[in-house]
Amino acid sequence: MPAAETYPDDLRYHPEHDWARIEGEEAVLGITWFAQDSLGELVHYEPPAVGATIAKDEPYGEVESVKAVSDVIAPLSGEVLAVNERVVAEPEIVNEDPYGEGWLVRIRMSDPGEAETLMDADAYRAHVAEQ
Amino acid sequence: MISEPGRAWPDAPLLFERSRAGRRAGRPPQPGLPVPELPPGLRRARPPRLPEVSEPELVRHFTALADRTFGVDTGFYPLGSCTMKHNPRLHERLAALPGFRDLHPHQEDEAAQGALELMWRLQEMLAEIAGLPAVTLQPAAGSQGELTGLMLMRAYFADRGEERDTIITADTAHGTNPASVTMAGYRLEKVETDARGNLDLADLRAKVSSRTAGLMLTNPSTLGLFDEGIEEVARIFHDAGALLYYDGANLNAVVGISRPGDMGFDIVHYNLHKTFSQPHGGGGPGGGPVAVRETIEPYLPVPRVVREGDAYRLDSDRPKTIGRVRGFAGPFGVFVRAYAFIRAYGPALREMSEVAVLNANYLLARLRDVYELPYDRHCMHEFVLSARGLKREHGVSALDVAKRLMDYGIHPPTVYFPLVVPEALMIEPTETEPKERLDGFVEAMRAIAHEAAESPELLHEAPHGRPVRRLDEVRAAKQPVLRYRFEEGPALVEAG
Amino acid sequence: MSYLSLTDADRAEMLAAIGVASVDELFEQVPAGVRLGRALDLPPALGEAELARHVEQLAARNVHTGVELSFLGAGIYDHYVPAVVDVVLSRGEFLTAYTPYQPEMSQGVLQAIFEYQTVICELTGMDVSNASGYDGCTVAADACYIAKHVSDRRTVVLAETLNPQVRQVVKTYAPGFGLKVVEVPHRGGTTDPDELGAAAREAAAVIFQQPNFLGCLEPAPDLAAAAAEAGALPVAHVDLMSLGVLEAPGAYGCALAVGEGQSAGNWPSYGGPHYGFLAARGEFVRRLPGRIVGETVDADGRRAFTLTLQTREQHIRREKATSNITTNQTLLSLAGLATLAWLGPEGLREVGEACLALAQYVRERLPLEPAFDAPSFKEVALRTPLPAREVVRRAREHGVHPGYALGRDYEGMDDVLLVAVTERRTRADVDRLAEVLAEVCR
Repeated sequence: MPAAETYPDDLRYHPEHDWARIEGEEAVLGITWFAQDSLGELVHYEPPAVGATIAKDEPYGEVESVKAVSDVIAPLSGEVLAVNERVVAEPEIVNEDPYGEGWLVRIRMSDPGEAETLMDADAYRAHVAEQ
Repeated sequence: MISEPGRAWPDAPLLFERSRAGRRAGRPPQPGLPVPELPPGLRRARPPRLPEVSEPELVRHFTALADRTFGVDTGFYPLGSCTMKHNPRLHERLAALPGFRDLHPHQEDEAAQGALELMWRLQEMLAEIAGLPAVTLQPAAGSQGELTGLMLMRAYFADRGEERDTIITADTAHGTNPASVTMAGYRLEKVETDARGNLDLADLRAKVSSRTAGLMLTNPSTLGLFDEGIEEVARIFHDAGALLYYDGANLNAVVGISRPGDMGFDIVHYNLHKTFSQPHGGGGPGGGPVAVRETIEPYLPVPRVVREGDAYRLDSDRPKTIGRVRGFAGPFGVFVRAYAFIRAYGPALREMSEVAVLNANYLLARLRDVYELPYDRHCMHEFVLSARGLKREHGVSALDVAKRLMDYGIHPPTVYFPLVVPEALMIEPTETEPKERLDGFVEAMRAIAHEAAESPELLHEAPHGRPVRRLDEVRAAKQPVLRYRFEEGPALVEAG
Repeated sequence: MSYLSLTDADRAEMLAAIGVASVDELFEQVPAGVRLGRALDLPPALGEAELARHVEQLAARNVHTGVELSFLGAGIYDHYVPAVVDVVLSRGEFLTAYTPYQPEMSQGVLQAIFEYQTVICELTGMDVSNASGYDGCTVAADACYIAKHVSDRRTVVLAETLNPQVRQVVKTYAPGFGLKVVEVPHRGGTTDPDELGAAAREAAAVIFQQPNFLGCLEPAPDLAAAAAEAGALPVAHVDLMSLGVLEAPGAYGCALAVGEGQSAGNWPSYGGPHYGFLAARGEFVRRLPGRIVGETVDADGRRAFTLTLQTREQHIRREKATSNITTNQTLLSLAGLATLAWLGPEGLREVGEACLALAQYVRERLPLEPAFDAPSFKEVALRTPLPAREVVRRAREHGVHPGYALGRDYEGMDDVLLVAVTERRTRADVDRLAEVLAEVCR
């Protein structure tokens, strides 16, 4: 079942439709409800390698539906600590639960100050409304 | 209104399901000589599981599969950008003449004079059509022609000691253009389309620099519109020392009317399977010859077909060549068909393009009140409509329209391309269709627009009259089954 | 002659519907400065009968295998093309359809491609096959593009015994891929595994051919092992018609198998159109170029076939696509499918054994010494007492084309002739070649 449209208040958002949940020095990243809805049912997630360095505003992975492919843009910079292997095996989890079970990577932030440049949920909702 | 299947479609078992151990069709000749032993490890240990079928069943198999396939010979096929015109039957007879079909490509030049002359004459005719003097026939298809053109640019600039690393394409370009750019080792930059469907000249001026190797452009564009600013576009690139590449996918619109060379293009590929009627074969073969200006001629692939007095030969002694892009001199059978096609029309090829444009504009005129027209101009050989209005008002998508057309016995147009038009329906009737077929298409499209308002579910659930209904493409991509699974036995029984 | 369908009355009605007085008005968007303004300078139009006569006259000037006993091979072979191939080639539905973008309209061609993929996987011992590439040359370049993307290495190694045209095409493509090409010379007609392995230490892929271009059977399992040990992908360039008797590349550890499909189901046709095949281990499926057909179900749960994994392809992934290929060689590959199904496993083995037996007979019967000791499949390189090109010239005067002069590609082989025998040659044909060679080499 696809999830209903939500943008949780405890997350930070990137204009390319990616979210970050800050947990101390670490952050969990994923794509927003809007991103998964635009793509349709996901059929493939190409994750980065654990240990890889990712840079804010740069692609770190890919998600695919049947007829579309999209770079996943890093909202924050850091080192990849973990990849959600469940999503690799069952990418549709992102459609069902984009902010929970459908997370994509966990990173250790290299520049926690970057989080200040991301949008809060209200700003992101306004951003989505313009799309 | 058509909602019920018009005919029953029998199951079509796979060849492997028709297979019975010990059955066979062909019996190859045996020379009656001893078979030598092979060195250890080289002999095949387990026989390949090829189907074991008799000839009658094999013929029935392919006949059943043909029956489940729709071609231009079946009906109207307005697949935009693919130029699905009639394929003259004479061509098949000519390509199968023993002097062509049974001619070995390593045959000595003096024993292949007829083939070489045909290729040389085809080169000359293609040069006249492009307005450029030198032609290579070698590339296997349009996309390989593109790659060849980009390699020619690289060789040209390397020879001049210039370092240029960027190719500019339009945002309406076919996906092959950017893919070719990457394969040729270039960087890609995209230029936008303006409100009339022409290249945005201000955007272009800002992006062309001394790093620009060239432009790749389809003209008319994938919107079916001739770029009215093409002379200025050419000036911008040539002033920067860059080259212009013409993607000939849409050449069918302008043969004898406007030549790429006269528009300012330096390198051109032709799609022989589109403009010059090589049958598309369910996906190929094609042919992608490339024509160039004198300055680029030294870099063309080898071998070249050259004439010396009354004799023709293959010439590989070209020190500046980019090399070879495929085997031999190219897909010769395709050349036979293209040559015959051009000889049948002669200078009246212009009329071919005129009628292609007339047919497209006629469809446009009769459909523009029921579907949205994003660029309100006369079109060339094809045009793009949008089903945005149907989507907004009735929740019916371009895909629904496409699938419903199947129930009217018509192959859908290209959908969701070009990317700059939402809910795009890209329609190319070609010059060979009679008015009744065009009218039939208009009636179907208008009826479908009506159905979208009255009974949208009829569209959502279409097609209703084909061997299968809509497919689970998510499953196909997520759990790919890309070959028959012998281990699991026939799946047909449970699915049937 | 033309293939147009409009009457003058149709045109008048259509122009009126558009609201223009003439077709010229539709072309007003073409700037005056780029219009041709004259008739194309092309030869005058021909009617169908005249056109047929003209083209038949051109065809008649070629010396084909029906009028000359030919032992030419060197990459293109005159194996028998069964008549069932005509069922595929003459059905308008296969002939005049295009790429099956709309699966409901194209179940037949999609199913046939699925069957083709299965046959290629079976013959090569691989997990996945695409729906075809242009020819045996370009699929080798495709293999290099795959290797580049799955490896950090920037070199590809080619055995010198790989078809020279294949090597030339790889060298044309490689600079754009950012790859360097290294060639490994032959040692007495075959490739030395140790030498290949040493060259492969920095290589993303190694391509070798079995049977090789010089007519010799390579120690293919040892070559594949040497490449793999050096960390390079082993790629075998193989002949489908040999795979009833020769081991499948997948069985000896190759990562990819590619080749020219012409020998299975296509006529020589002066070099094309034919088809290239490309098959790989499953792990590379997302890097494969071109179309791939998959099985799924329709809305009623019926088995159905569709193009799949399309996000690899240029129309979706654009500049990041695994290839720019669009139009492939479907019709020719389906002729291959029909041929291989007609032969079946027994027939393919018999073809292979006929080739092996005839090649051995060539070695024993011809009045020329084999140039190499390694065993042959269907081609034998022979030393000629005068330049091989001269032997060809003289033999042709006797109505026999004796084969391919290897000096065209290999330095120091001006006196080596490559003689090919398919199952269509007979003992008597080889005897006739022996007589002619004895005569012209005297």
